[in-house]
Amino acid sequence: MLRATDVSFAYRDGSPRVIDGVSIAIERGDLVGLLGPNGSGKTTMLKLIGGMLRPNQGSVEFEGRQLANWPRRDVARRIAYVPQETRAPFDFSVLEIVLMGRFPHLGPFALEGPEDLAVAKRALEATATSAFTSRLFHTLSGGEKQRVVIASALAQNPELLLLDEPTASLDVGHQLEVQQLLTRLNRDANVAMVLSTHDLNFAASLCRRLVLIRDGRVLASGPTEQVLTPAAVRALYDVNADVHMHAGAGHLTVTPISRA
Amino acid sequence: MQHVRRRLIVTTAGFGGLLLAALVGAPLLGSTSISLSRVFERSIPFADNSDAQIFFVARLPRVLAAALVGGSLAMAGTVFQALLRNPLATPDTLGVSSGAALGAMLAIAFHFDFAIAGFSSVSLSSLLGSLGALAIVYMLSTARRRGLSTTVLLLAGVTMTAFFSALILFVQYLTNFADTFRTVRWLMGMLDVGSYTPLIGALPLIAIAFGLVATLPRPLDLISLGADAAAARGVDVQRAERLALVSASLATGAAVSISGPIAFVGLVVPHIVRLIVGSDHRLVLPASALLGASFLIGCDLIARTMFAPIELPVGIVTAIIGGPFFLWLLVRRT
Repeated sequence: MLRATDVSFAYRDGSPRVIDGVSIAIERGDLVGLLGPNGSGKTTMLKLIGGMLRPNQGSVEFEGRQLANWPRRDVARRIAYVPQETRAPFDFSVLEIVLMGRFPHLGPFALEGPEDLAVAKRALEATATSAFTSRLFHTLSGGEKQRVVIASALAQNPELLLLDEPTASLDVGHQLEVQQLLTRLNRDANVAMVLSTHDLNFAASLCRRLVLIRDGRVLASGPTEQVLTPAAVRALYDVNADVHMHAGAGHLTVTPISRA
Repeated sequence: MQHVRRRLIVTTAGFGGLLLAALVGAPLLGSTSISLSRVFERSIPFADNSDAQIFFVARLPRVLAAALVGGSLAMAGTVFQALLRNPLATPDTLGVSSGAALGAMLAIAFHFDFAIAGFSSVSLSSLLGSLGALAIVYMLSTARRRGLSTTVLLLAGVTMTAFFSALILFVQYLTNFADTFRTVRWLMGMLDVGSYTPLIGALPLIAIAFGLVATLPRPLDLISLGADAAAARGVDVQRAERLALVSASLATGAAVSISGPIAFVGLVVPHIVRLIVGSDHRLVLPASALLGASFLIGCDLIARTMFAPIELPVGIVTAIIGGPFFLWLLVRRT
């Protein structure tokens, strides 16, 4: 579905490359985690995949066409993005925020019709946020906001959903909720997902494939069970860790032991 | 939630009706009371109809000036607040009105004498000043390839305002007493335009500005949530930001060239509107323009009738009403 080939990117001419020759392929219905230390280029890579940034070198192709040549509106009908944190400086209601996801489907002067409202309602139900519909967005907790923004992204009807640190500011309970929500959306709505995260256990519980990024380069990539090893954790974070299959959770768990 | 279309119709009709009432009602009030029925009495020739003369010649140009200036400033304030993701932004935030003020100061101090097609040198110079300030802001915004940094824009605006203010003081220091008086009066903001000519001059610029802004309400909603979020929803952020910057600055410059700087309209009106219609810019933008026009007509009515026969500069009235409101707003938000 999406193929990034040998992508390099620097924020300014002459400044060091944040992304340096990365290739990633994402298939329909995929669930891919980008792992890497702070400043490794995960967020930048997500924005390159979403066409919000254009690579200096290499190419990002979506369905065989160069993403850089697509109008933004066309991209937004297929790829949605959930930033790490969303703040609303004005008093938007939850429904208003979710309806904004319909923007790429509407003409320049068109107003949302009943169909758009129906899509928004479905997105609210899918993220279990229907109860907040008429609440003001800025009065919600961090976890609730995150789910509402995911609902807004779903209202775009995307084939690919990009999430930047979806659990960064959430407590364990809300992390689990987001994990289950994303698993369900991926399975039932067949939305492919790429997410960046610091949380190795979250990634292990959710992602079928992992891409390990350090200093803008790919260290390893492949199925979660094969990629997530003590050696990989050491190479990525300079940390000695214990990695084993947790029988109760049914996925790999990582316990950091010491600085390598 | 009510359907957006219905809310839009109700909002426009409500605030539009208010403006219509202000446009017709305000010229009737003043030192001489006139009657609406006599103003439109067909049987009396215009030359003999003193009520119609007062209405159309003496008072309506000033009321229309208030409507144009108030509507432009309130629209510009709304746009800047969304663009800068800052509810405290005003049309002055980026230094456009200071640039306009500097232009007017230069025209007064150095007795520029190039009235073109009936436009005074002062309003022409202030328009040039605001366009100069706009050009600087625009260059600052395009210097960074990846869209505007709101922090940079805000700091640049504060710096430009301080810089222009220093130049204004410098020019004032050089001028004689009579000219200093004129410059101070100009800075207070006055709407006694005298004729329709200054309005006809500014109207095309204001029309262009409103035409550009008409394409922006939804992009502004999304940009207020952050540039990345807006881009991901399909907004061409860089284009929308530049359009918003240019159109709001153009409206501000045109308005200031009519009246001089008038404070608080662009700050207060968008907030009142949001309290009534919510935050959707498809509603907030037209409602702000309409309420801004009515609000300034009302303030100017107070300015010219409260201490009659003395006419206060309208800028003083808006600041006296707007100042306490702004403080209340600050306390309310924290």
